[in-house]
Amino acid sequence: MLESFIVPLLAATVQSGTPILYATLGEILTEKGGVLNLGVEGMMSMAAFVAFFVSYTTGNPWLGFVCGGLAGSMMAMLHGFVCITCLGNQVVSGLALTILGVGLCHFLGTPYIGMSAAGFHKFSIPFISSIPYIGKIFFRQDTLVYVSYFIPLLLMLFINRTSMGLAITAVGEKPAAAAAAGLKAVRLRWMALLGGGFLIGLGGAYLSLAYTHLWANGLAGGRGWIAVALVIFAFWRPGRAVFGAYLFGGVMAFQLRLQAIGTHIPSSLLLMLPYALTILVLVFSAVRGRGGNSPAHLGINIEPEG
Amino acid sequence: MLGYRLQKRDEPWNWGAPFIVVGALVLSLGASALLLELQGKSAVEGLLVLWQGSFGASWALEDALLKSIPIFLCALGVATAFRMQVWNIGAEGQFALGAIGATWAALNFPDLPGYLLMPLMFIMAAIFGGFWAYIPAILRLKLKVNEIISTLMLNYIAILLLEYLVFGVWKDPKSFGFPITPEFTSNAIIGQIGTSRLHWGFAVCVAAGIGMWAFMRYTRLGFEIKVAGEGERVSMYSRLPYGMLTILVMAVSGGLAGWAGCIETSAVVNRLQPSIMVGYGYTAIVVAWLARLHPLYIAISAYLLAALRVGVENLQLELQVPAAFGSIMEGLILMSVLAGQMLVTYKITRKK
Repeated sequence: MLESFIVPLLAATVQSGTPILYATLGEILTEKGGVLNLGVEGMMSMAAFVAFFVSYTTGNPWLGFVCGGLAGSMMAMLHGFVCITCLGNQVVSGLALTILGVGLCHFLGTPYIGMSAAGFHKFSIPFISSIPYIGKIFFRQDTLVYVSYFIPLLLMLFINRTSMGLAITAVGEKPAAAAAAGLKAVRLRWMALLGGGFLIGLGGAYLSLAYTHLWANGLAGGRGWIAVALVIFAFWRPGRAVFGAYLFGGVMAFQLRLQAIGTHIPSSLLLMLPYALTILVLVFSAVRGRGGNSPAHLGINIEPEG
Repeated sequence: MLGYRLQKRDEPWNWGAPFIVVGALVLSLGASALLLELQGKSAVEGLLVLWQGSFGASWALEDALLKSIPIFLCALGVATAFRMQVWNIGAEGQFALGAIGATWAALNFPDLPGYLLMPLMFIMAAIFGGFWAYIPAILRLKLKVNEIISTLMLNYIAILLLEYLVFGVWKDPKSFGFPITPEFTSNAIIGQIGTSRLHWGFAVCVAAGIGMWAFMRYTRLGFEIKVAGEGERVSMYSRLPYGMLTILVMAVSGGLAGWAGCIETSAVVNRLQPSIMVGYGYTAIVVAWLARLHPLYIAISAYLLAALRVGVENLQLELQVPAAFGSIMEGLILMSVLAGQMLVTYKITRKK
C-alpha cells in the first residue's frame, strides 16, 4: 500500500501542486504591492499557450518556459494599464483579464490541439533520490519542479530582507505614507505586478511543458482561481503557500488516481473535490481569523495628487 | 511619466460616458480585427460577416433577442449584487441550479396542468438559484469568506452537479447514452408568443426589468440597498441591516439567474442537457458593468452582447473562426471601458 499507492500519490502531489505553487507565489508578490489581480486564470491559460507555442516552434523548452513567464507579465501589464494608469476597478479588470486570456488561449490554441512540443521530463537526482520515500517523492521529478523548490525561499528573502521587498510591502500597506517617505509608490506597485505576473506565467508554462506534453484547451482548469484563494490561506506568506499548493496537488492527484482505478463514485463528483476544498480552505482560514493579515491597501488604487 | 498626468475634473464629465463606451467598442473591434488578420483571415471580411450575423438579417435580430433573454436576467441579478458591492461572480452556477430546480419539477410532476406546473418550475428555479447564492452570502457575512472566489468555485461545482444528474439519475433511458434528460411534457414547456419564434420568457424579462427598476427607485428597501452600496460602515451609521440586505441582494441575484436557467431549459431545449452552459453568467458580468448597473442600459447592452454572440457564430460558420473569439471581444470591451471611465473624473494634462 505504502510503496504502491501512497508514495506514487505523494510524488504526483508534488507535480500537480507545482503549477499552483508558482501561481500562488506570483499572486502573493502582486498583492503585496497592493494590486488585486483576479486575472490569474487567464494569465495561466495564455502563458501555457505561449510556452507551448515557443517550445513547439523553436524546440527549446527553456525558451518556452521563460516566454510563458513573459506572457504572464504582458497580461499583467494590461491589468496595470487599466488599474494603475487609468484607475479602473481592480476586481472587474481582473475578471475581464480572465475572460480575455481564456478566450485568447482557446482562439490561438485550437489549431494545435493534440500536438506535442519539447518539454521537461523526469529525472532522478543522484544520491538524494535514493533516500527512502523522500527521494522518490521529491527528487524524481522534472527540472521545473526542482526550480520551484527554491522560489518560495527566494521570494521570502526578497519580501522580508531586501529594501525593495520591504518598500513593496509598504506600498501595499500604505501607499501615501510610502510616497511621503520618498518611495516611488506607483513604480514599486508596477514592479510587484509585473514580477508577480512573471511567476504566474511560469505556473501556466509548467502546465503545457511538464504537466502534459500535449496541447489541449482549458489546461488551467480553475487552477488560477485556486491560486487566488490560496493566497488568503497562506496569509500572504510564501512558506505557507507551499503547504496550500501541495494540498491541492494532492487532492487533484488523488482524484485522478481514484478515477483511474475505477471506483463507483461518478467522475463528476470526484472532479468537484478541488473546488469544494477551495471553499473549505477559505472557511478554514476565516475561522483561524488571520484574514486581517491582508495588505491594508489591497484593491485600492493610488489616486494621482492634484 | 511621458510628460502627461491626470488631473481631477471640477465637474464629472457625465455626458461623455456614452462616447467612452462607443470608443471602447471601436477600439475592441479594431484589436479583434487585427487578431483575425494575424490568423491569416481577412479582417474586413471578418467584420462584415460579424455585422451580417449580428444585425444583417431578420433571423439574426431574432436570434439575438432570444439569446439576450438569459443574459438579461443574469445581468439584472448580478447588477443588483454589484450595487451593494457584493461581487456575485456566480450567475453561471446559479443559472445551472435554476435549470436543475425547474427540471426537478418538470420531471416529477409531468401531468400537472401548465398553470400549476409552470409557476412551480419558476419557484423551484428561484429557490435553487437563490440557495446557490445564499451559501456565499452567509459565508461572507458570518466568516468574511471572499465571495468572489466562493461564487466562482460554486460555478464549477454547479456545472459538475448538472453533469452528474444528466449522466446519472436523470438520464433519458431512450437517449442512446447521450447525457440528456427525457423531453419535458408540453405542460412544462414555455410556449411561443403568437407565431413568432419569441417565447413567453421574454415577457418574464420585461416584467423583471420593470419590477427591479421600480423596486430600486420607489421602495424603501431599494433605497436602503443603494445606501448600503456605499459600504458596510456607512450602513452601520445609517442603522441599516447590512447583513440582511446582503442576503437579500444575493438571493434575488441568484433567483433571477435561476429563472434564466429555467427559461433556457423549458423554452429553448425542452429538457436538461449540459450544452445549456455556454457562459451566459460570465457575459452577464460584462453586460452589468457596461450598463453601469441600470436596468434599461442592461437591456440594451444585453442585446448588444447577445448580437455579438450570434455574429461570432456566423463568423465560426463562414470563416471557421473559433467561438472563443467572442470572449476575446468581451474581455477587450470590458477592459477598454474600464480604462476609459477614468475620463469621466479626470482629464489628461501636460506636465509642467
